[in-house]
Amino acid sequence: MALTETIRTPQAYLQGLSRWRPAEIAFWLATLLPFWLFPDYLSLASQIAITALFALSLDLILGYAGIVSLGHAAFFGTGAYAAGLLSKYGWGEPLSGLVAAALMAGIVGYATSFIIARFRHLALIMLTLGFGLLLGELANSAGWLTGGVDGLQGIHTWHLLGYFHFDLYGYTAYGYALAVLFVLFLGARRLIHSPFGLALRGIRENWLRMPAIGAPSRAHIRTIYTISAAMAGVAGALLAQTTETVSLDSLSFERSAELLVMLVLGGAGRLYGGLVGAIVFMVARDRFSGVEPQYWYFWIGALLVVVVIFLPNGILGGMAKITARWRKA
Amino acid sequence: MLPPIVGVLFDGFAYGMLLFLLSIGQSVTLGMMNFINLAHCAFAMLGGYVTVTLVNGYGWPFFAALPVAFAAAALASIVFERLLYRRLYKATDLDQVLLTIGITFMSVAVAAYIFTTAQQPVQLPSYLRQSIEILGLRLAVYRLILIALSLIITGVLVAALEYTRFGAQVRAAVDNERMARGLGINVDRTFAITFALGSGLAGLGGALAIEIVGLDPSFAFTYLVYVLIVVSVGGLGSIRGSFAAAAVLGISDIAGKYYVPQAGAFFIYLVMISLLMWRPAGLFGRR
Repeated sequence: MALTETIRTPQAYLQGLSRWRPAEIAFWLATLLPFWLFPDYLSLASQIAITALFALSLDLILGYAGIVSLGHAAFFGTGAYAAGLLSKYGWGEPLSGLVAAALMAGIVGYATSFIIARFRHLALIMLTLGFGLLLGELANSAGWLTGGVDGLQGIHTWHLLGYFHFDLYGYTAYGYALAVLFVLFLGARRLIHSPFGLALRGIRENWLRMPAIGAPSRAHIRTIYTISAAMAGVAGALLAQTTETVSLDSLSFERSAELLVMLVLGGAGRLYGGLVGAIVFMVARDRFSGVEPQYWYFWIGALLVVVVIFLPNGILGGMAKITARWRKA
Repeated sequence: MLPPIVGVLFDGFAYGMLLFLLSIGQSVTLGMMNFINLAHCAFAMLGGYVTVTLVNGYGWPFFAALPVAFAAAALASIVFERLLYRRLYKATDLDQVLLTIGITFMSVAVAAYIFTTAQQPVQLPSYLRQSIEILGLRLAVYRLILIALSLIITGVLVAALEYTRFGAQVRAAVDNERMARGLGINVDRTFAITFALGSGLAGLGGALAIEIVGLDPSFAFTYLVYVLIVVSVGGLGSIRGSFAAAAVLGISDIAGKYYVPQAGAFFIYLVMISLLMWRPAGLFGRR
């Protein structure tokens, strides 16, 4: 009886999920604080916003659809090179650059999604890894286009909306990255709290049974994979536009692996998991790597082991457990 | 007189045998427990560093250091299996991937801390550095020994798996783990022993790899990719499959670098993707 009172219709259930909570509003207001509190760290803040967007894109496929990818940097790099090349060859308008990058990464994502949707488990992990490595090698060998190991030079980003120029302190860069992150976050949030989002979670739990209740698993996986690739492409384009350089590193396996670490650290399968993970990871790296980058990898490894063994749902999962216990008491 | 392509084939096959030693343990443990161990090459790296320390630091002969490299990697893997891996046999792919990537990150950092990031050469006795000439073709003695050693190990492994009681238990556990348990086979113990053996072979491979590909802390990640390719292309739990995949991979890698150096590793990844799409369970895989 209590159940029927709280959940009346599917529509009401989904609406209940998508209601804005005070903690969420506080989180987004807090993202504005760096403008006043840490004006010296705005370029780090813009890096964090970009990485958060990238992590959010991985969360869509890994956290919600259960597709473990070790090669998501392929789309990040595709977007970065698309925006970078567009700017290098004469069109530096940032917003249309983002659209072009999203299109390019989306096309690559859509093309590969047909393969991705057919496999699970180890073969899937190996295929995503293989595509990432393949694209990295391609960019490396096409030095005439990408600049190879020297990176893509000569990018010039025009003023944002024809007015805000990208200053040395990163005011515009952070504002721009944050705005794009927020807009795409709203899109992802809407998507996750839709019937399509629910179907994705069903696919994550049982891939074979979802078609039996009318949800075509493969078609859904193709859709979300394409969306996620486009989003990762936008993140890459943001990095290319704000730093005005693209390196092979943007396609590397390390970037894919680090992204996975961040997402799991924050909590996969939660909208804010990637965001929190990116903030914690990037701030910690900024603090530690100044001393000696090699030690930093030790701590990140140790952190991973601890998270997997003791905190299976990431920081946000752990916090949710604590608040649930506190409410019960 | 033999054409130069034979020399490329020889070098490629020696390289392939190295990859086989590095990956055979991974193949069997993956096939047996479905445990994705991305830290496998960290054990190989341990074997390499043990050899470097013993040979360069304490003046041990190279061949005396090899069994120690094997034992060190096997022992380390037993400790990790007991403390960490055992908890995650029933966990998701993602958790296993993350835990073992974490261990690999840590091993890379520890190796860099103790040995710095510089390449570590190993001092080989002079007779190993020579090459012999057969039909106008110069073959390095070290590579010949590497091939011979790998073939002996393969033979021993295949025979042990086919004709011993323990081998039968391993095969049963790979084929159907639940059924094997039902028949009273102690799968956990079988797995622990196999895991230690596989890691030991990786350690041996790491020790033998120094002379061919060098040794630095990035070894654990660089060769992980190759090992994963061998395992997934060869098929899980199949010694024959891993052997064939490693030989093909080694030869095509060396031939690619020799004939089309500008393409880099591009072809290998392309071949891997196509093979996986054609047969997701690998060339010799059954599942």
